[in-house]
Amino acid sequence: MNNMKVLLNGIIKENPTFVLLLGMCPTLGTTSSAINGMSMGLATMAVLIVSNLIISLIKNFVPDMVRIPSYIVVIASLVTVLQMLIKAYAPDVDKSLGLFIPLIVVNCIILGRAEAFAAKNNPIASIFDGIGIGLGFTIALTCLGAARELLGTGAIFGQTLWGESYGMLMFVLAPGAFLALGYLIVVFNKIFKKA
Amino acid sequence: MLAVLTVISVVAGSLLAYVNASTEDTIKAIEQKNLEDGLKVVLLDESATVQKENIDTIYFKGKEPKEGEKPKDDAIQFIVYHTSAGLAVSTKENGFGGLLTVLVGFDDNGSIKGYKVLKHTETPGLGAKAGDWFQKDSKGNIIGKNPGNCNFTVSKDGGEIDAITASTITSRAFLLAIQNAYDKFFAAQDADTGATKQVEPEND
Repeated sequence: MNNMKVLLNGIIKENPTFVLLLGMCPTLGTTSSAINGMSMGLATMAVLIVSNLIISLIKNFVPDMVRIPSYIVVIASLVTVLQMLIKAYAPDVDKSLGLFIPLIVVNCIILGRAEAFAAKNNPIASIFDGIGIGLGFTIALTCLGAARELLGTGAIFGQTLWGESYGMLMFVLAPGAFLALGYLIVVFNKIFKKA
Repeated sequence: MLAVLTVISVVAGSLLAYVNASTEDTIKAIEQKNLEDGLKVVLLDESATVQKENIDTIYFKGKEPKEGEKPKDDAIQFIVYHTSAGLAVSTKENGFGGLLTVLVGFDDNGSIKGYKVLKHTETPGLGAKAGDWFQKDSKGNIIGKNPGNCNFTVSKDGGEIDAITASTITSRAFLLAIQNAYDKFFAAQDADTGATKQVEPEND
């Protein structure tokens, strides 16, 4: 498989949110607005790329029996390092993103890709898989966040379109997350999955 | 197997220790700067500088620490900043997603001059709006209000403050934090007893 194919695979064919249905907890929890969804997606992508690379590099040294705990230690350490670096050198990013970063540790996309891809492929392909899946996740979360923000508050990326009083508040809350996600999955599969 | 796990843990541990050590000072400096900027905002005075800082604690019934024991986390802690421009109090309260830290500036009578949410873990798009919602010219304006002579609770509880839409719990916590700060430093003066008002534990 060439790298471009790996990249596109993550965005469309194996889109983590719309096709694999992985990482539902951060997907539903953080998409109350478009910018939140996008931030979460980008933060996850950063961790995913580095964790895929490292796991692909160490895969030959880690015995099968302890690979899951090893991967989790790698991922958790990466996330913590990322959190400290952001706090120290990008306080503005920390303000808007800070809350989401620790959530990445328990995002099953990261462990899922470590198991399904990085542990079987070379480091370069693993980086591309990280970028692809990360982009797929970011796009999905941005769409979902935008849809919820638009329906819920009448704004998109914080730009008001028709005023909060016409919004259906439910879409910003948890039930709206499930509804919006369900319909987006339908739309996505209608477009990309030729039966 | 054991060797691999040990190596991975040691490497991860040392990496974390190294990054922590090298970022600790920067993070502290940023927090300090946030606080100083916050004081200027809540006291409406660009030249506000801290003259005296002390830490005060309210313990809920039965939770007073024994001698030599560390106070429990759920005691309300106030950090009081006596500044050239007045009194500012930083206090914490349990919000929806965790502790909500609010810095609030009072004038001499206990009316609110300004506030700033220093730290929070509220839901983005909902409770996280507390930073703007209660500001002047916003829906839940609390600036200029005095928790001592108005019903300083959300309208759902019969008060006169509009809660953040769909974030009543955050709003309650936010108002309670300010009320506690007020009670601690102003109500005692009015009552003329010198004793601090007892804070009842929350039951819900």
